[in-house]
This record gives sequence, structure tokens and C-alpha cells, in this order.
Amino acid sequence: MLEKILLLLSLSLSVAEGLCKPGVGEAYKVRFSIKTALGDQAYPWNKNEMFLFRAALAFAMRDFTNGEEFGVSDIHPCNETQRVSFWFVVTRPKTMDLVDKGTVEMAIKKSRNRINGAFLLTDKTLEFDGIYPTLAAPVSPDTPPWLIVFGVVMGAVSVGIIALLVYPLVQRKLKKNMDADDEDSDEETGVKTAENGANDGIYNSTFSDDERFTQM
Amino acid sequence: MRLVLPNPGLDLRIPNYEDLEKMEKEDGDRPKWDNKAQYILTCVGFCVGIGNVWRFPYLCQTHGGGAFLIPYIILLVLEGLPLLLLEFGIGQRLRKGSVGVWRAINPYLTGVGIASMLVSLLIGLYYNTLIAWIMWYLFNSFQGPLPWTQCPLNDNRTGFISECQQSSTVDYYFYRVTLNASASITDSGGLQWPIVICLLAAWTVICICYIRGISTSGKAVYVTALLPYVVLAIFLIRGLTLKGAMNGVKYLFTPDVDELMNPTTWLDAGAQVFYAFSLAWGGLISFSSYNPVHNNCMQDAVILTIITGLTSIYAATVTYTVIGFRATDKYDTCISENIRMLLNGFELPEDSITASNYNAALHHLNSSNPDTVFGLDIKTCDMQKLLSEGVEGTGLAFIVFTEAITKMPGSPAWSVLFFIMLLCLGLSTLFGNIEGVVVPLKDLNLFPKKWPQEALTGVTCLVSFIICLLFAQQSGLYWVTLFDNFAGSIPLLTIGLTEMIAVVYIYGIDRFNEDIKFMIGKKPCIFWQISLRFTSPLILLVILVFYLVTQAQQELTYLVWDPDYDEFPTLASVPYPSWINVVIFVLAGIPSLVVPVYALCRLVFVRCKKKMKPEKDINQI
Repeated sequence: MLEKILLLLSLSLSVAEGLCKPGVGEAYKVRFSIKTALGDQAYPWNKNEMFLFRAALAFAMRDFTNGEEFGVSDIHPCNETQRVSFWFVVTRPKTMDLVDKGTVEMAIKKSRNRINGAFLLTDKTLEFDGIYPTLAAPVSPDTPPWLIVFGVVMGAVSVGIIALLVYPLVQRKLKKNMDADDEDSDEETGVKTAENGANDGIYNSTFSDDERFTQM
Repeated sequence: MRLVLPNPGLDLRIPNYEDLEKMEKEDGDRPKWDNKAQYILTCVGFCVGIGNVWRFPYLCQTHGGGAFLIPYIILLVLEGLPLLLLEFGIGQRLRKGSVGVWRAINPYLTGVGIASMLVSLLIGLYYNTLIAWIMWYLFNSFQGPLPWTQCPLNDNRTGFISECQQSSTVDYYFYRVTLNASASITDSGGLQWPIVICLLAAWTVICICYIRGISTSGKAVYVTALLPYVVLAIFLIRGLTLKGAMNGVKYLFTPDVDELMNPTTWLDAGAQVFYAFSLAWGGLISFSSYNPVHNNCMQDAVILTIITGLTSIYAATVTYTVIGFRATDKYDTCISENIRMLLNGFELPEDSITASNYNAALHHLNSSNPDTVFGLDIKTCDMQKLLSEGVEGTGLAFIVFTEAITKMPGSPAWSVLFFIMLLCLGLSTLFGNIEGVVVPLKDLNLFPKKWPQEALTGVTCLVSFIICLLFAQQSGLYWVTLFDNFAGSIPLLTIGLTEMIAVVYIYGIDRFNEDIKFMIGKKPCIFWQISLRFTSPLILLVILVFYLVTQAQQELTYLVWDPDYDEFPTLASVPYPSWINVVIFVLAGIPSLVVPVYALCRLVFVRCKKKMKPEKDINQI
């Protein structure tokens, strides 16, 4: 019994190794850039991490196919390099049939964030060759902020202009009212003022320089 | 030299010294500065403009770095200083705006004032468009992340829009989102609404700052003239602490003495001095005419020259710290990208190639597997090339600087600061500009006399805004470049030269010396005598001739943003259409020709008047 199981296992392993060939058929290449992402806190790549990867991918396949019971043994990696990159293929549970590239791609796309999260990596540091991440749209608020700033500036400037135009008119009106009051009290001192005025002399601008210029 | 052209009736047209003393005592209705500081700040603001940030550093770096300061300072003293004294002195003495001053010296010279006004108007139009673009960027800086950090996505969300992908996020934001640039100047497209309302904002701000003439603009300059210095200081500190800043500063100031042998260096320095001082715009004459009669204009000229020179160097240092930072950042990105490609291509562990052993590793891999390395298409990362990338004009502010700011932590704050600084620099120059337009219009009696100053400013701003809508079209960028090249170059040189000749040989340098003696107490020394009579006019003449010769030889082409161009994102060089010659004539020819044409018309008119029966005096131009 034991020999039979061993034989089956070794057979399946050798078949699986045969299934996973880099660059051929339904194989995908995946690349990890752990040190780039995590720097000092990078974890070393070992068999346990590989196991996590296979488990994460099996989860992605289950999630996408909605129930087909993919297991860790259905993910077959090969050609692991020091870069931490390797190829892998996915087989259907309990059979050796390869799952086609399209399905694998869509499964990975659907669960990309979860797979990234399992490794504390991002779309850029955990790359699947040939699967482009769907990019998040840039955040655009409903009211463009620039309109708000523009509105504030224009509002302030308009208020300023109106204030500057209205203020002298208001002042003139107030002065007129004050003059009307003062005139009543100044009638007795009117003669005195004229005398004072005659002593100082007033510069009569009618005879100013403008008329010196030769006119065209 | 006693060469003075005959100028009959001069004494009747200008106030004599007793009149000046009397005017000084009375409170006339001519506007006055509240204090000396306002006057100096207004002049500093007028002279220190956006060109100090985005033109001077480029010239400095292309013409031999630190060595460029030698021709610059020499020409600052020989060319700029005398012309400043001339404009300050004549404005303070004759107490009129530019049209009034030239009309007083000789009625046939009124054309000089009119030319100044036309040039100020044309320059003001495109300058305010630049202000509008700066305002757009300023308004958009109040968000994080800044809108020019990301490309928009394409339809199926797998990548970015190809135009943005091929060029860069900042290029796309400037040429597509802001300007929506068409591919040629003939293809005007529609109005770009964001630009229209930014233009409205720009003209309204100018209107309110200048609404009562210098009594409002004099208060505004306390902010607009001083704030740029504060912001430059902040940027200097920030810039010096950035990685790679010293690369930029070293690149800027490394002297290359051979460049001094190149005549272009001297000519560019001369042109930069002339334009930097905003001479021949008419604004400086106007501002000086509001001074008290005994103001020391010679001292003012010297102070202004020193401040402008130092500000140019200061701004250049700040600019190049940021450029150095950006170049270093791009260089590091380039190296990292190459390392990544090598690691991926050769399946090596991550830490085996770092920035320090990159060159050794590349060499080793290239010798062992040259084919693989070739297939990877490794780009050469050249720091010098990155430092020298087209960094003048709008490209510096809206592309290079905005890109550098996105890489600084807290970028919205830096962006706001930077664009407020540019806004203040531009506004303070525009105050002088609009002074050079409104006051001549008043002197020419083109406005009814009873209109208050507010109405004059308002009408000028409104009409200018409507004309500026030309720049709000999709081809607006190309029109701005056209105006920049032609309206602001040859006419100014012609007017400047005519001014010098008019004051020295028609008004009389002896009379001018006496005026200075009356106003400040001593005659100008021998340096001023020689430079006013010979050196400065000669330098101006040489620059003008050189300009005319190069312009005549150059083929009229311009750079366009064309996504269909083969070498996109490089700007394509396209010849101008033939009708552009008419436009160039209007921009450059008409202001220059107004001077002789006006004199001629007046001659004809006066002759006709003598022949016909004497009629009522026509109070016209």
C-alpha cells in the first residue's frame, strides 16, 4: 500500500514537473522584490514562503471559480532563481489538467490585493509577468478645489473694489452734511475767514503749466 | 562736447527751477509717494520680475556659469546704471509721464512716448497671460496630491493615456490640461475656459491694485515686492537641505572662462540687463515724476542697480538648488531602473547590484554576456545632461519646478509658496507696466478729462482683458511666445536708444547736468558724463544691430506640442505661416516706426497749418 502511494506521488511529481515549463503553455512567471519593498525588515525567501504563495494562489482560484476545491498541491512552481522569481502552473483539483492562462489571470486580478497583502508587497514589488494591474483612478473631488480658491479670491477682490469705489462717495455725502451744519454757525466768522485767506494767497491752478506745452 | 541739436522753445515748455520750488511747496493734484520706501519698493518690484527667476539662471548656466557674472556686472554698470539715471532724472525734473516728458523736450519727439505706451501695452497683454497661468497653478496647488503628479487613466484602465505616458505627467498637465495646446498657431481651437477665468482673475487683481493709481499700488508693493524675497529665502533653506542641491549650484557657478571670448555671451548679458531694468517702458519715468524735486535720483539709480544684480544672483542660486535636486533624483531613478533591469534579466539576487557597484557590475556583465545586456536596452544615465535640460522660461516654472516640487515632502505647501512668489514678482512688474499705459493715455487726452482715475484703470483693464482672450485660445501658448520674441525686444532697444540720444543731444547733456545739480546738489561725475554721452548709446546700438542681423538671418520657426510628431515628446520645430509677417510687423515694427512717423506727420501738419488760415487750436495728440 505504502509503495503504491509513494509510486503515485513520485509519478504525479514527475508529471507535474513536466507540466511546469518556463515560457510554455499555461505557465506564468512571478517575481518578488522583497528587499526593495521592505528594506531592513525584509523576510528571507524560503520553503515556508513558497508554501504561503501556493496557498494564496489556491485561495485566489477557489474565490474566482466559486467553490472548486483548489489545494496547495494544485499549484506547481518550477525554475526558482536567486532573484526570487519562478514559473508556475495551476492544475484542476484531483486531476492533472492545466487551468488555462485566461482563468488564472482573471483569478489573480480579482484577488491581487489579498495576495499582495499576504506578502506585505505591492503591485510593483510582486509582479506577475503579463498580468497588468488595474490602476486606481486618481481621486477627483466633486467640486474642483481650484474653483473654490478662485471663488474666494474673486470674492475678496470684488468686495475690495466695491469698497474702494463706494467709500469716497459715502465720505463726500457725510462731509456735505457736516458742511451744511457748519455753514449755519460760520456766518458770523465769514468776514474774518476772507481776510485770513487774502493774506496767505492761493495758488490759482488756472495758470498752471499745462498750457505751456505746445499743442499739436 | 557741445553737440546739441537746435531745440527752440524748450524753456517755454518745461517748468523752470522757481516753478519747481513753488510746486514743491504747494500740494498740487499730482499724486505723490507716501514715503521713499514706497518708491524704492515699487521700482525694485518693477525691475525684479519673473525674468530674474527664469531667464537669468539659464543665461548664467549656458554662458559659462560663474564667468557670466563678469560681463553681466560690467554691463550692469556701463549700460543699466546710466539709463536708470537718465529716466529717473528726466522724470523727476519734468514731472510728467512718458508722453508728457518727450512732448516737453520736443513736440516732434512725442512719438517716443507713444511708442513706449504701445510697447508697454503689448508686453502687458502677454505678461498678464503668464500671470493667469501662474494663478491657475496656484489655485490648483491647494490639494494633495497635486494634480500634476498623476496621469489620467485610459479607457480600459490598464494604463495611462498615451500622450501622458510618452511625455510626463507635468508636461501633460501643462500642455493638455491647462492649455489644451493645438498643434499649430493657425489652429486656434476654441477658448479654454479655465484660462479665461484665470485671465479675468488676473486683470481684476491688477485693476484693484492700481485702481487709484500709485496710492493703491504703492500700498500693494509692500507685499508684492517683499514677499518674493521671503519666499526665496525659505526655498533657499529648503533647497540646500535637499539631496543633490549642491550639484546644481556647482553646475551653475562653475566658471568657463572661454565663454567670455564668445560675443554672444556679451550680447546676451547686455540684452538681459536692458530688459531686466524695464527701461524704455515709460513706467520708471512716471514713477520718478511723483518724487519730491530734490530727491537723490543718482543714489536711487545705484541702489536699484545693486539690488537688481544681487537679486538675480540670489534667485539663480535658489533655482539651481532645486534643479540640482531634480537632476539628482532623475539620475537616481535612472540608475535604479537600470539595476532593476539587470537583476531581472540575469536573475541575480536583489542586493547584488547597488548604486555604488553599478558601474563595476555593468562592466562585468557586459564583458561576460554582451548580447543579453544589449537586449535589455540599458539607458545611459548622464547627470550633466539632466542638469542642462531646457530650463528657461515657462518650461522652468511649469515643468521643471513643478516636477521637482512633487518630489519634496509636503508638496502642496511648496507649490503654493512658489506660485505666490511668481505671482508677486509678476504683479509688481505689471504695476509699472500699467502705469506706462494709463498715464500716457491720460496725457494724450484719449480719455475725457473729468473721468476719475478709477474709470481710467477700469476701462484699460477691461479692454486689455478682451484683447487677452486671444491668448486663451488653444494656440495661446504660441501667441505668447510670438509676443515675447518680437514685442519685447527690438522696439525696446530702439526706444532706449532714441531716449538716450534725445536727452543727451536734443535736451542737452549740459542742461541735464545742471538739472541734476539743482535737484541733488552736485553735478554727475566724469563716469556719468562719458557713459551717458558715448558708452551706453554705443552698447545699445551694438545690441540693436546684432539683434536685427540675427533676426533677419533666422528662419521664422517656432516650437509646437504635437503628439503626432515622430520625436514626441520633444517639441517640434515648425515654420510660421506667411501671414505671421504682418503680425510681427504690428508687434515690432509699428512701435519702432511710430517715432519717425509721428515726427513726419507733425511736420506735415504744422506746414499745412501755416499755409492755411489760422484756425482754432486743435488739441490733439
